[in-house]
Amino acid sequence: MSLDTTTVRKIAVLARIRIEDEKLPALADDLNNIIGWVEQLSEVDTDGIAPMTSVAEMTMPFREDRVTDGDDAERVLANAPDKSPPYFTVPKVVE
Amino acid sequence: MSYLIKGETADWELVIGLEIHAQVISNSKLFSGSATAFGAAPNSHVSLVDAAMPGMLPVINKHCIEQAVKTGLGLNAQINLHSVFERKNYFYADLPQGYQISQFLHPIVGEGKLVLDMEDGSVREIGIERLHMEQDAGKSIHDKDPRRTFIDLNRAGVCLMEIVSHPEMRSPEEAGAYVRKVRSIVRYLETCDGNMEEGSMRADVNVSVRKVGETDLRTRTETKNVNSVRFMMQAIEYEAQRQVEVWESGGAVDQETRLFDPDSGETRAMRSKEYAHDYRYFPDPDLLPIELTEAFIDAIREQMPELPDQKKKRFMRDLGLSAYDADVLVGERETADYFEVVAQGRDAKAAANWVISNLFGALKAAEKDITSSPVSAEHLGRLLDLIADDTISGRIAKDVFEIMFATGQDPVLIVEEKGLRQITDTGAIEAAVDQAIADNPDQAEEVRQGNAKAIGWFVGQVMQKTQGKANPQAVNKLLRDKLSS
Amino acid sequence: MTHANELTITQARDALSAGDLSATELTQACLDAMAAARDLNAFITETPELALQRAAQSDARIARGESLGGLEGIPVAVKDLFGTQGVLTTAASHILDGFIPRYESTVTENLLNAGSVMTGKTNLDEFAMGSANVTSYYGPVKNPWKRDDGKDRVPGGSSGGSAAAVAAHLSLAAIGTDTGGSIRQPASFCGIVGMKPTYGRCSRWGVVAFASSLDQAGPLTKTVRDAAILLQGMAGHDVKDSTSAPMAVPDFEAAITGDVRGLRVGIPREYQIDGSPAEIDAIWQKGADMFRDAGAEIVDISLPHTKYALPTYYIVAPAEASSNLSRYDGVRYGLRIDGDSLDQMYENTRGEGFGDEVKRRVLIGAYVLSAGYYDAYYVKAQQVRSRIAEDFKTAFQKVDVILTPTAPSTAFAIGEKMDDPIAMYMNDVFTVPASMAGLPCMSVPGGLGDDGLPLGLHLITKPFDEETLFRAGDVLEKQANFTARPNSGGAGR
Repeated sequence: MSLDTTTVRKIAVLARIRIEDEKLPALADDLNNIIGWVEQLSEVDTDGIAPMTSVAEMTMPFREDRVTDGDDAERVLANAPDKSPPYFTVPKVVE
Repeated sequence: MSYLIKGETADWELVIGLEIHAQVISNSKLFSGSATAFGAAPNSHVSLVDAAMPGMLPVINKHCIEQAVKTGLGLNAQINLHSVFERKNYFYADLPQGYQISQFLHPIVGEGKLVLDMEDGSVREIGIERLHMEQDAGKSIHDKDPRRTFIDLNRAGVCLMEIVSHPEMRSPEEAGAYVRKVRSIVRYLETCDGNMEEGSMRADVNVSVRKVGETDLRTRTETKNVNSVRFMMQAIEYEAQRQVEVWESGGAVDQETRLFDPDSGETRAMRSKEYAHDYRYFPDPDLLPIELTEAFIDAIREQMPELPDQKKKRFMRDLGLSAYDADVLVGERETADYFEVVAQGRDAKAAANWVISNLFGALKAAEKDITSSPVSAEHLGRLLDLIADDTISGRIAKDVFEIMFATGQDPVLIVEEKGLRQITDTGAIEAAVDQAIADNPDQAEEVRQGNAKAIGWFVGQVMQKTQGKANPQAVNKLLRDKLSS
Repeated sequence: MTHANELTITQARDALSAGDLSATELTQACLDAMAAARDLNAFITETPELALQRAAQSDARIARGESLGGLEGIPVAVKDLFGTQGVLTTAASHILDGFIPRYESTVTENLLNAGSVMTGKTNLDEFAMGSANVTSYYGPVKNPWKRDDGKDRVPGGSSGGSAAAVAAHLSLAAIGTDTGGSIRQPASFCGIVGMKPTYGRCSRWGVVAFASSLDQAGPLTKTVRDAAILLQGMAGHDVKDSTSAPMAVPDFEAAITGDVRGLRVGIPREYQIDGSPAEIDAIWQKGADMFRDAGAEIVDISLPHTKYALPTYYIVAPAEASSNLSRYDGVRYGLRIDGDSLDQMYENTRGEGFGDEVKRRVLIGAYVLSAGYYDAYYVKAQQVRSRIAEDFKTAFQKVDVILTPTAPSTAFAIGEKMDDPIAMYMNDVFTVPASMAGLPCMSVPGGLGDDGLPLGLHLITKPFDEETLFRAGDVLEKQANFTARPNSGGAGR
């Protein structure tokens, strides 16, 4: 399997990371090397082996349904790089 | 009943599947301790977890799991002892984590089914594919600033149940009946308030069309933003018609997400840039699988209330109601409860009649619902008692009901105060009868000649003389005795 | 006399409780050393005012006889991946520019409650992604250890700043996080003790996430006993972290008995890798000999899937990271580079805000999770992970502790391996397998390599058996008697 620059571009869009065109070929090479290297896993016999879902041998803890947080818009907005309290803002979205 | 669209080349049938997003009734959010209450100041019901601050972690709300299981039981569905939360990865302004925690390969609820009683008396069974739990997104507000969209995360992280049907509905009416049924069930269970206007229940509508006889499915579209049953049915009709036109003009329907515009009744493709969807689901490593025990499920099963289908059967079997009346009465839990109080120890059919014809009519005219009815179930029951023991006639009862509806008063009090008690004293009635016969010899003669219909006219005369308070049966009997040839 | 900043926690604890030293004096000594050693670039943010304030509070408690325990008044440097209330938290990334949390991570909160004094936030690889501390937006950290070639060497990574700070005596101890070796490998490179507890022992709440199923906080210290004391202050069940183990925390220090007689020490043959330098085999052999001398039993074991651990890691960790890093989107905190549309803003912000290594891993992660590849890569990797965990389970039926080298080399020069990601990844070849299985593990200085730079020995035990780990580590430490000191940095003034 190999990642061509088109595929890398597509993934970069999925991940919302701008990659300059001139950097694309070198990046594709790096990713190809890494992917090629991890493909050695295909040698491992994993028939009937359940994928690991959690390293901790425990069951999921449940929380009681109580309101214990919130009511502090200032706290959650404090670090926003662009805001119009009490709102966060983003560039105009057209649906 | 089949709903077909007549095209130029063929008759087309509809294939409809629904994804209902039902907001779970809980105090706090699915994975955080902030409140779920509607209508709070923007970004006030937001915890550090909801705002996806670095290093924040989800911890699941037990009640939300119980609510999902309860709903699954209500949908006659398989409850999965093992289920897994996965991350659905995509970027959007109202999705702070950059992923939605949802369930994908292993939902908490599997296959179920719903039975729909259609208005024409037919019965349709619709398969439920699954119910899974997921986080709601926040809200984007577009009209506060010319260049920016504002984000309110109050709703972000609230627990939703996504109830996915099989694509087994074939008409807007079936889809409407399906949504009403789901809504009725979750409201009975108190797992969702079913309020479509406030958005606590929303439906995404998957529609495709195909020529009658085709077995494969054609491309479907998904329409969002339908916030009432009526709009949903409109959206389906519009979308089906549009698709038929596209196919018949030689085009192809695009698989796309569309928005319903309630003002025009039309759907349109979303304008936002569409990326190829690739959600990259994988199990959320911040959470462990949910492992339920049979005991946990049994405890929930024991708390299950009687659901509309069961209630309907009981109303028909034990109370002798018609299917139609029973259906109308069980739709809303509050209505059924009201009716049961009225019918308790009384003639159930009469009770059903009064609730459906008189009370519903008056409520509709006054734009009220059963929970805000000025006539309490106890009072309506007492009115039925007054009729049953001949204290008042059915005719007078209607007047009494009007006063009850206007004033909220006890019917016993109204009857006493206004002197509406029926005349049961045969002497008084006989006098009125005699007077009527004496005043109308020609008509009396007609009756004696065998014109039985004229007897009704005499009844009217007597009732008029007694301001309607005479017992109609007694009047009838006396007239027949006196005018028999 | 030894300068206060050169003390171990154990020594300082005694001096503080005897009244021979105040927390303020101790803290000031560390602050002075830190200021004198800025050339190492070990800290992203120094917090002297806060430190002195907390030291004064500590002195007041000690004076009132209300000492909070073993960490009372002890200066600790904190990897800048832990969210700290009111103190800039960067993860060494441009994308977290100016981020000042309004919360305190559970681990640092625990440390505060145990009386310790945070002296600053240490440098690291960006988002903890790296093995040399060269991916930091704030520049590389220099290892206080030097060679005669005069080249600056890497401290290892990702907790490179923490390791350098401890090795150079800028702090008595430090905390770090370890995802695939990020505590142990820098500990080896810097000649100190670095310990990763069992996954679930320390809460992850409030720690900037890299790979959720692997990330675990742990101590970097001058001695094994110090590691036990520091971990005691960090660990504990946290209801805010669903993966935190609901288990009581044993008295780790009490587990250090000095006695390993009868302890079964496993030597996994698969850690013998082709082309590995002779000095690595030598230190490993030396470790086994030391255990044998101390009365332990050496047992040959097999961990058949060892060679697959690293490629498995480079699927699982990037996959989780690609999703964990989605929240850095320019909306709620950190850097924002505007754009004409929402998506442009995202792409600009993340394109500018993430460094090359982070971008590589996010893209690899997105790729292995994408439609059509998920089963072949991610599911396969999680299956192999199950096999790796099984290997350890089987081995622990025969042995109590496993001994391996920590890293395949001593510290290399800054700038080396920069153009070859996979060569860089190989640094973690010995540390990653235990991470994949969530096991407790520790690097203890074993000696010096041929180049005069430190080399660590790596111990692994069963889940939640940190007690055996500390007991074995302590004996190894005593046997190795590692007394060499770094030849640069701010040691003593």
